[in-house]
Formats: sequence, C-alpha cells, structure tokens
Amino acid sequence: MTVPILRQGPVLIASIQAAMTDLDLMQLKDELSTRVGSHRSTGVVIDVSALDVMDSFATRMLRGIAQTTQLRGAHTVIVGIQPDVAFAMVQLGLRLDDVSTALDLEEGLELIADNRPEGRQ
Amino acid sequence: MTEVATEPARVSIERDADVVNARQKGREIASGIGFRGSDLALIATAISEIARNIVVYAERGEIALSTVADGDRHGVLIVAQDQGPGIADVEQVMRDGFSTGRSLGLGLPGARRLMDTFEIVSDVGVGTTITMSKWVR
Repeated sequence: MTVPILRQGPVLIASIQAAMTDLDLMQLKDELSTRVGSHRSTGVVIDVSALDVMDSFATRMLRGIAQTTQLRGAHTVIVGIQPDVAFAMVQLGLRLDDVSTALDLEEGLELIADNRPEGRQ
Repeated sequence: MTEVATEPARVSIERDADVVNARQKGREIASGIGFRGSDLALIATAISEIARNIVVYAERGEIALSTVADGDRHGVLIVAQDQGPGIADVEQVMRDGFSTGRSLGLGLPGARRLMDTFEIVSDVGVGTTITMSKWVR
C-alpha cells in the first residue's frame, strides 16, 4: 500500500492511512526525499493519526524518514500521535529524538510556517 | 488458580501484515473481557513487538491469544512461538538498547514493561517461546 503524498504550497503532506509494512515506509522515505527535491519543498508533515500502534520498528522507520527529509532541507513534523499510542511509546521507552511533533495537521503546518526563514515563500 | 478460559486464537506470523493481524486480534480479545483505552494500546504494542521479532529474526512462528481467569479476575495470555535460531544470551536481549537488527533494541524489554508477566525461553537452534499476560485492573 503506497502512502498518498499531497502537496500544499511548499509543504508535502503524507498521511499514513493504516498499519503499514516496513517496505511501505521505506518507499515513503524514498518518495518524500525525492519530492522534496523536485518540488523544492521547505516542509514535510507526516500524519500518523490513523495508527493505533507505534512499536519500536515503526518508530525507528518514522524517525529515519523524518531525519532524511530534514537533512534534505525540509522542516519535518510528525503529527497526530494518538494519546494511547503516546502513552504506550513512553512505556516502551521510545523517543523521536530531534524530530518535531505537533498535535494535528493544522498545528504541524503552522509550526512549519512559523519556522520558515524570512523572505522565503 | 489461573485457568485458561478460552481456546486460543492462533495467528501465524510470517510477514509484516501478520504482525498487524496479531495485534488487531489481541486488541479484539482484550476489549472483549473489559480492557479499555490505554491498556488496549499497551497490549497491542506488546504483541506488535514480539510478532515483529518473529518476522525479523525467526522468519516464521505463531502467536496464540487466549483469555485467562483467576476467580473474578480476567486477563489475556499471549504465547509467541517460533522455530528460529533462538537467542544465545537471553539476559543480553532483555537489556534496553541491545539490538542486532532493525529495531531500537527496546522491543523485548519494552514488551515486558507493558505486560504484567513476561517469560522468555529460548534454545539456540530450537527456537524461542515468549509467554506474557496482563490482567484487567
């Protein structure tokens, strides 16, 4: 199952729809990384609100995706981690390290807009 | 005395998609005996971790999910079995941060933290069995 990637101005939005396989997430990483270049995107939002579980494997993959697009120059924000999922992640000892998170898509887009360098649209 | 209250639902684990099946089945069973919200997420996450371990390290195995009862108390019992390479040093893999593969090294010790009981038996060349349970509070 491929993840749909929407483009809203300078921002790419990937909504993870359901439980995804490692292969799907690897494809998403390549796809986002390529599109950041072709669209000259300055931000990436990864919406995980549909996920009911984030185990250590999924967390590692998502962190890898976010760090990759971040290195490509796009401010990357993971949005929509559900309360129960967040609680389970803390119990597991999972962290996203230096990856930004926001409550939902709206907050994520605002965070990216706020951090955009002056004069750049 | 703890008794197994239901015939276990068995989910064979070979691919990533089976990991999803197993945790959905676990969530369904746990929800049926009164687990709520965050506990359901904890159980589903623990199942996900041990199922992933089978896919990544043993290639194939099986997870059996059943409910248990001890008087008025109800709980879920999850038994994951594989005939994979086995774990040479169980103590080492149960330590946070130890990883040989694609995980963060938090999988098994993490799953232990999420559940009430957690037991791992492994023989090199024979396979690994993980038995874990959680009681409704």
